[in-house]
Amino acid sequence: MKPSVSFFRKGIYMIQGRIHSLESFGGSDGPGIRYIIFLNGCSLRCRYCHNPDTWAKNDVQLFTADALLDKVENYREYWGEEGGITVSGGEPLLQIDFLLELFREAKKRGIHTCIDTSAAPFTREEPWFSKFVELMKVTDLLLLDIKHIDSEKHVWLTGKGNENILDAARFLSEIGKPVWIRHVLVPGVNSDRESLEKTAEFIGSLKNVERVDVLPYHTLGVFKWEELGIPYGLEGTPTPTDEELALAREILSIRKEA
Amino acid sequence: MAQFEAWAGFKGKRWQTEVNTRDFIQNNYTPYDGDASFLAEATEATDKLWGQLQELNKEARKNGGVYDMDTDIVSSITSHGPGYLNKDLEQIVGLQTDKPLKRAFMPYGGIRMAEESCEMYGYTPSPELHKIFTTYHKTHNQGVFDVYTPEMRAARKNKIITGLPDTYGRGRIVGDYRRIALYGIDFLIQEKKKDFANCGDGTMTDDVIRQREELADQIKALGEMKVMAQSYGFDISQPAKNAKEAVQWLYFGYLAAIKTQNGAAMSIGRVSTFIDIYMQRDLANGVITEKEAQEIIDHFVMKLRMVKFARIQSYNELFSGDPVWATLSIAGLGVDGRHMVTKNDYRILHTLETMGPAPEPNMTVLYSKRLPESFRTYAASVSVKTSSIQYENDDVMRVVWGDDYAICCCVSATQVGKEMQFFGARANLAKCLLYAINGGVDEKTKVQVGPAYRPITSEYLDYDEVMKAYDVMMEWLAGLYVNTLNAIQYMHDKYYYEAAELALIDTDVRRTFATGIAGFSHAIDSLCAIKYAKVKAIRDENGIAVDYEIEGDFPRYGNDDDRADEIGIWLLKEFITKVKKHHTYRNAEPTTSILTITSNVVYGKATGALPDGRPAGEPLSPGANPSYGAEKNGLLASLNSVAKLPYEYALDGISNTQTINPGALGNTDEERSKQLVKVMDGYFAKGAHHLNVNVFGTEKLIDCMEHPEKPEYANFTIRVSGYAVKFIDLTREQQMDVIKRTCHKVL
Repeated sequence: MKPSVSFFRKGIYMIQGRIHSLESFGGSDGPGIRYIIFLNGCSLRCRYCHNPDTWAKNDVQLFTADALLDKVENYREYWGEEGGITVSGGEPLLQIDFLLELFREAKKRGIHTCIDTSAAPFTREEPWFSKFVELMKVTDLLLLDIKHIDSEKHVWLTGKGNENILDAARFLSEIGKPVWIRHVLVPGVNSDRESLEKTAEFIGSLKNVERVDVLPYHTLGVFKWEELGIPYGLEGTPTPTDEELALAREILSIRKEA
Repeated sequence: MAQFEAWAGFKGKRWQTEVNTRDFIQNNYTPYDGDASFLAEATEATDKLWGQLQELNKEARKNGGVYDMDTDIVSSITSHGPGYLNKDLEQIVGLQTDKPLKRAFMPYGGIRMAEESCEMYGYTPSPELHKIFTTYHKTHNQGVFDVYTPEMRAARKNKIITGLPDTYGRGRIVGDYRRIALYGIDFLIQEKKKDFANCGDGTMTDDVIRQREELADQIKALGEMKVMAQSYGFDISQPAKNAKEAVQWLYFGYLAAIKTQNGAAMSIGRVSTFIDIYMQRDLANGVITEKEAQEIIDHFVMKLRMVKFARIQSYNELFSGDPVWATLSIAGLGVDGRHMVTKNDYRILHTLETMGPAPEPNMTVLYSKRLPESFRTYAASVSVKTSSIQYENDDVMRVVWGDDYAICCCVSATQVGKEMQFFGARANLAKCLLYAINGGVDEKTKVQVGPAYRPITSEYLDYDEVMKAYDVMMEWLAGLYVNTLNAIQYMHDKYYYEAAELALIDTDVRRTFATGIAGFSHAIDSLCAIKYAKVKAIRDENGIAVDYEIEGDFPRYGNDDDRADEIGIWLLKEFITKVKKHHTYRNAEPTTSILTITSNVVYGKATGALPDGRPAGEPLSPGANPSYGAEKNGLLASLNSVAKLPYEYALDGISNTQTINPGALGNTDEERSKQLVKVMDGYFAKGAHHLNVNVFGTEKLIDCMEHPEKPEYANFTIRVSGYAVKFIDLTREQQMDVIKRTCHKVL
């Protein structure tokens, strides 16, 4: 995807990010209180997506890294020692050039950076891979979604296979980049013991996972599908029971190595 | 110099030579830096008493909200014999009447309101009292209506000024009830007699005559307090000897106030640190255990939960849910830099756990990032569990009011024992904008209420033209408003003087004149729409603009967008500047607030469609809150917008109410409490004044509205603008309004 280039500033062209929306208060999207930047566009079509309004490319706001960070600075007082920015989406890695510029500038300003990603755009091919390696130098944390451990089922659930996603997880483990795994528990889709155990086994093979969050599938985003006139992908799927959640949390719980 | 046994072990000199509670506190309190682990659970007696009270409340609900009422005794300090909930179990005693939850008959504010409230609940007011208060004795209400100008009546009727305390007590006056505990009544009488002797040089000017009469009334009230306490078997002529007596003594002072006044807000003040000094002494001397200390506080707070006044329908619509604003202020910092958190501040918050959530007393934490983290986290954890606490920024208030102020109503500060407030409702600045557009004609009633200035006649509204018209209309409104209040305060002093409270305040009292603003966010957004979008006025057959069509997008207050927020700052400054131009009764210092209580619903009903797209009749947003649906960037952006409003221009308070979905705050209660502390640290560091914190989802509200009979909802408390209320006690209309308000959550 080609970056849109804008202002001539500081002697260089600044890239504009295509922003879907800005949320000043994220309470569970990384450590502490987060300012969440939702980027527009996604390559997956998850059946339970609660932000399908970020898929399409209409109605975006354009921001340069500087302009966005100037805005974000208004929230420092709330962050304390932990907080910072989390870039979510959509799929943030689709705008890797912008992301790189944003995070480089953020680190200059001493802001904690976090990406909330499915890792679907991950590839070891160039020039993308080098950019990603550079991005990781200015990224403090990734929230990585593992949607289904089984690639075929991953295709059914999201439209694409998971090989490169698992590869991304391995790469992050190799370079020792801190990751929080997020797993949306969908009854009847990935809530069975076998899937959970396989997922746990995979997570167990990684050396960089600080935390695993099991998030209960919810239907709060369904109204957006209706507004967009897209038939909802998981019609009739119930939200997980407390027992299902407890089981998943037990199986997926990681023991932090001392 | 007085010397009492009861002062054994207390340090400091100055407070022993003069009435000076603050000096006593600063010399004797013990800051507490530990956590909540020392707290004791409710005793059996507390559980039993609370259970009894729950039963009475249930019965009251069955009778439409009122348990019992007086119809033939005029309430005074000594009008009733002693009353108990359960004499054998109560550590702290004293009721407004002879029975728990029985509402007193209080005609001095206005006999009509007193009678109407009886009739509303099926009681027949005494015909004899009717005769006395219509034929022989004038009331405050009568006095005010005798002098109102036709313009004042029209403004009141058309609700551009609403909530005027002209049929009931003005409230908001906090006696320094601690003085009774520290000095005993006799010493206080002696000091007031000295003031009386020194009042004037013999030349009887109006001021001197009035002051001498007021002092005489105060001294009489102090004497009556002794008699009242005696009926419960206590001699309060002398200082309290221990913690239990200290609480009892100061409660008797408060009881005298609520037996004689039915003000909208009847606050108890800042008593927590004071009481702790006695608790610490008793704990050290083995006089009480922690369990007993908690029991004393529980029973005291239970008394504050029982305060009731007889109100009428129109009052309940303004101030929904039977609030009394028995506001209790805790924590804060001293001017010497030490925090004032004591174990007793924990005990008071802990009552929300020992007895569960409750709207009263109106628990207010005077917040600063410099309070111990353990305390901030504990308060936040109680908020997460009960949604019963409000927070006010001690860092902005301390520089204005010192370190012995208390919140005297919903959010306004007052120096305890030094100041009193002339409370005065609020002016609707959104409606004022419509008057500007329509040349003073009310858009709802079509009556010429304001001056007949030239109306705006263009199809599309021009920003500069509207601003010019708004400026002169606001000028008119501010003047009329101040003068209406002058009439009210004059008559209140004359016919409904607060002798009991003022007996516990310095004779040389400083007076503030508290005006208020309603429709704040809508006025801002409307001006933004006119400035940044195109607004077409839709006029009726008489040329009155009754609706507006907006073409294009415009910035809105509540998104941390300076284009809108700066109009808000301008509006606030402009209004208070206009208010200050006018003479105020007794040269009181004018202040203003952005605070509506639940009157935003009533105000909204009386306000036509606005240029920001709000349809006619819809509730206005409460207090300084952004308008419904305006917040597009989440909680903190909204908080940032409100935090920009300069407190120095709204010394009466800037109220902000936010509801946060528990899931958005964190995954566990522990996480949520920590995150909430960060939210408040940030918000108050930005200079904001006030935050009402609710932590629950909309689903719970809807379920509670549909199933109010479920036991878990009996005490389900939520914070609304400036106070807390049991959700089931709100009118359906107000419940809907609360549900509609933005609940902050992130998907």
